[in-house]
Amino acid sequence: MEIFLQQVVSGLATGGIYASLALALVMIYQATDVVNFAQGEMAMFSTYLAWSMMNAGIPYWGAFFATLAIAFIGGILIERVVIRPVENAPILAIVIVCIGLLVIFNSLAGWIYSYVIQPFPSPFPRTPIKIGNIVFGPHDLGAICVTLVLLLLLFLFFRYTSLGLAMRAAAHNPASSRLVGIRVGWMLALGWGLAALLGAVAGIMVAPIIFLEPNMMGGILIYAFASATLGGFTSPVGAVLGGLLMGVIENLVGTYVRFIGTELKLTVALAIILVVLTVKPSGLFGRAAVHRV
Amino acid sequence: MMEGTASAARISAPARPTVAGLSVWSWTIGGLVLVIAIACALPLLLSGFKLFQFTQVLGYAIALLGLNILTGYNGQISLGHGAFYALGAYTTAIMIDKWSVPYGFAIPVAGVVCLVAGFLFGIPALRLEGLYLALATFALALAVPQILKYFDSWTGGSQGIVLSKPQAPFGLPLTSDQWLYFLTLGTTLLLFLFGWNLLRGRIGRAIVAIRDHPIAAETMGINSALYKSLVFGVSACYVGIAGALVGLAVAFVAPDSFNVFLSITLLVGIVVGGLASISGALFGAFFIQFVPNWAQDISKAAPWAIYGVFLIAFMYLMPRGISGFFHRLWRRLLRAGAKPAELKRS
Repeated sequence: MEIFLQQVVSGLATGGIYASLALALVMIYQATDVVNFAQGEMAMFSTYLAWSMMNAGIPYWGAFFATLAIAFIGGILIERVVIRPVENAPILAIVIVCIGLLVIFNSLAGWIYSYVIQPFPSPFPRTPIKIGNIVFGPHDLGAICVTLVLLLLLFLFFRYTSLGLAMRAAAHNPASSRLVGIRVGWMLALGWGLAALLGAVAGIMVAPIIFLEPNMMGGILIYAFASATLGGFTSPVGAVLGGLLMGVIENLVGTYVRFIGTELKLTVALAIILVVLTVKPSGLFGRAAVHRV
Repeated sequence: MMEGTASAARISAPARPTVAGLSVWSWTIGGLVLVIAIACALPLLLSGFKLFQFTQVLGYAIALLGLNILTGYNGQISLGHGAFYALGAYTTAIMIDKWSVPYGFAIPVAGVVCLVAGFLFGIPALRLEGLYLALATFALALAVPQILKYFDSWTGGSQGIVLSKPQAPFGLPLTSDQWLYFLTLGTTLLLFLFGWNLLRGRIGRAIVAIRDHPIAAETMGINSALYKSLVFGVSACYVGIAGALVGLAVAFVAPDSFNVFLSITLLVGIVVGGLASISGALFGAFFIQFVPNWAQDISKAAPWAIYGVFLIAFMYLMPRGISGFFHRLWRRLLRAGAKPAELKRS
């Protein structure tokens, strides 16, 4: 039982990471109807930026917020410069452009920072917290808290600010939004900026656990996809819960299902994606998409 | 009444468009003959590694045609066709290595295995549309190397399977590289002919109708579910045969050569070559075989960054792919060719 609880707890911790990246994916999907395949690499690159700032002697939180600002502006720039020309192109063209971004970021990171694995500092205290016989990693708890705070902020932003309302409107019905004076193009750019920012947070939170290297996001990204699918691509809350659930599932399966272990980790994510999409394509918390014929 | 207008239209129709005095049909046939002749002459001009690269181009062309039938013509996005490429390559390799099956049998069997696997994967794919399908297949592509390593008693784990290149049969005076090239060329021609035949008729129209308007297609009596899973199967079969041929040409299969970048490369190939076009498969194959090498020549440090820039630039400049670009060029030539004919008549 203790092992079980311990696994659930550490599952929730990794789940927090999946949740923040899944949140970023859902954000972009909601704001722009695009699934950004480059999301993971953008997050990785931001994490490297934070890392080099810390190496230059900037204190942790300074580097943290500076990175978020750069990621936000970078996301907006990417949308304005790279994505905008193909905005009205067929969906495959956009997918290809995202893939282009993915390889560019991956390769640039390898070129600038080399493929050597680097340790990354954690802002939280090191001493583990014990409740009963279950150990909580302080970094894990911190990561979950950061994710939850982000979710709350996003919720407040989308629900109670006029800018948030404008963004939702632009994604939902671009033509009518334009008629009432919303600058739809800029709303999309803002969506990309926010998602890049969320990705940066996810990268910085995950780097102390899995270490920093250009390919660090591959496995995480697929789990984030699975989380977003499980929670529903239309629901930010679903993405967070899906992420936590995926973390727990991953740990429990790794511990208790012998023939899967950790070697078939990605296959578990694949199976979950397939099952969810087949049985309940809108996910646990999403709205079913309704099309007008 | 209807007949009257039709014949009137026929009378007033301009003379058949020509380019440089030859009809479109003769240009097409001439072009095809020229391409095939060059393809047959290549082994005499190139040797060793260069020829092997062209064998790979042909293999990619088969795979790209398969993926194009699915994504370009039927509108189902797949980011996971590297999985079927791997399945084809491994089926062949395991049959040759473990059971000493001659490769002449192993390749078609690999095709059939992929056909069945693709058909089965196509059934859950029915529930998925657009980006969701891209996602599910993307996960498939990521999971492939793990699955291959897991069944190591069959696949040899990360060591992979080493094969020996087949010798030319019937005492033909060819090296094994040349023989593999001709084998791949023959298969490519056969599969392209089959693909062209499949797409130009009733079935092809049904496939395209499902892409353009699924509901209207069903109303016209097209069994959308059956067609979609069958197209998935046929597409996987093409990709599997390509994997089998290239696996044989490389004489080595290992899990890490079937990573997610292979699947991405295939998708890049069809989009760059031109969606929903048969010639696009060939252009795309050249692109994915040679452009990464050029990128490497431009920048040793970050070849993939250059490749990414190429990709994005391509999407801006030629959104319909290379074949779309040539198509437009051709149309312009036709119009230029048609004008003098009209002048003469008036």
